[in-house]
Amino acid sequence: MSLALLYGLVGVGLVAMGLYAALAARHLLRRLLGFNVLGAGVFMLFIAHATRAVDAAGRPDPVPHALVITGIVVAVSATALALALLRRLHARHGRPTLPEDREG
Amino acid sequence: MASEVQAFDLLLAVLLLWLAWRALASADLFKAVVQYIVFGLLLALAWIRLGAPDVALAEAAIGAGLAGALLLDTLARIGRAGVRDEARPLRLTRRRAGVALAVVGLAAALVAVLLALPPAMPGLSAEAMAQLERSGVSNPVTATLLNYRAHDTLLEIGVLLLAVLGVWVLDAEPRLDQAEAPAPLHWLVRVLLPLAVVVGGYLLWVGAHAPGGAFQGGALLAAGGVLLHLARPFALGSGWLVRLAAVGGFAVFLLVGLAMLLLGGGFLHFPPGQAGTWILLIETAAMLSIALMLVVLFVGRSRGAG
Amino acid sequence: MNALDALSLLLVGAGAGFFLVGSIGLLRLPDLLSRLHALTKADNLGLGLVVAGLALQAESLRQVLQLGLVWALVLFSGSIACYLLAHAETASTPVEPETRDGE
Repeated sequence: MSLALLYGLVGVGLVAMGLYAALAARHLLRRLLGFNVLGAGVFMLFIAHATRAVDAAGRPDPVPHALVITGIVVAVSATALALALLRRLHARHGRPTLPEDREG
Repeated sequence: MASEVQAFDLLLAVLLLWLAWRALASADLFKAVVQYIVFGLLLALAWIRLGAPDVALAEAAIGAGLAGALLLDTLARIGRAGVRDEARPLRLTRRRAGVALAVVGLAAALVAVLLALPPAMPGLSAEAMAQLERSGVSNPVTATLLNYRAHDTLLEIGVLLLAVLGVWVLDAEPRLDQAEAPAPLHWLVRVLLPLAVVVGGYLLWVGAHAPGGAFQGGALLAAGGVLLHLARPFALGSGWLVRLAAVGGFAVFLLVGLAMLLLGGGFLHFPPGQAGTWILLIETAAMLSIALMLVVLFVGRSRGAG
Repeated sequence: MNALDALSLLLVGAGAGFFLVGSIGLLRLPDLLSRLHALTKADNLGLGLVVAGLALQAESLRQVLQLGLVWALVLFSGSIACYLLAHAETASTPVEPETRDGE
């Protein structure tokens, strides 16, 4: 088993867990954590794949690394905005859940 | 970069998956957020194992540190009632069965693709390394971020700016009143804030030829700012100076790009001899701007103490 | 494996042992203050031993100083974090001394 395969499988696991939590959870903060774990899984797939494309000196492909750094910053920006929205929703309705998820 | 799978990698893989599941499935959201922060730090270790030290620095500072601080801060503000959730929040009910099935199907397809990939595939490393001397820096990741794909980085700073605008608009409530911070926190700030400034500046400078860069340096500066806010809450307000600093990084980047266009090369096409200088200029403005924006994301528009 | 490597292994192993003891304390001790006590002391000492073991493997004085700086920073910020946690806990609830005989 290579590094790329091992961490690729970890990435798939993270994508699966994150996607399930993001879609199925009721509490909005939990869904947000799910999005972040989903993002981490995608980043891991990128970086694991970059180790398959090494140059002559053995250094991995730098382009996926740059894309993932960009992705981390974008993910944190989106998380900050989502948290601000979550606080407003909680202030208005008392529970940090979406209306369709609020059954009796 | 490590070349073979070792026992450490297997242990790390198991820990990452277990922590991620605990972070998503813990009923107590405080525990979930703490587990997410630890997950982020272990993820930084995984990036090191995969030969991505720049990504590891960014993940530790921004992904685990700053995101964790934002999550904990929100938990504190929505209060005890919002923290406790139902006992098994991700339990498989009939409604969720469809989602679970689709997710398992997706995972199976991804695993099949992974297993079918050959161990070595063509990438862009050859091209990236070939052009490295002309790019103005000698760290290939920095070259990609600020030269080959500079337009991506420009838009990334734009996204951060949009998030800041959104938080400014939404975060209209005054913060919780905090008790006077105990003295040791002030000692911590007195030691760590200057250190954060020095190391942040160092990361900016060294990013040209070793792992580092504007984002990592900016995140460290922001961490110092957040620490200062915890010890002595301040209000950034939305005066013209704060707005200028927030927009500054994006503006300088855009102006340099347009200047390159006017000089005849193309948008963000640096002339080979001067590339290093322009990149340093952009990175300096970007680092200061990113640091301020990340602090604003944490502080919001809250009123300071007294 | 020469003597230097063996000594490094011993020091890092001892450090790991201290971390293990601290973690057992975290899981088994009854309240926040005793957990903080066990965790902070054991982890700081454990990290010191790990750093000492790694310093023997370092390639230059600069790396040794960097490792020492890491340990000093963790020591400093960890102790202050321990204080802040204990302060937050005891500010709200007063601490009752626990004795064996209930005196």
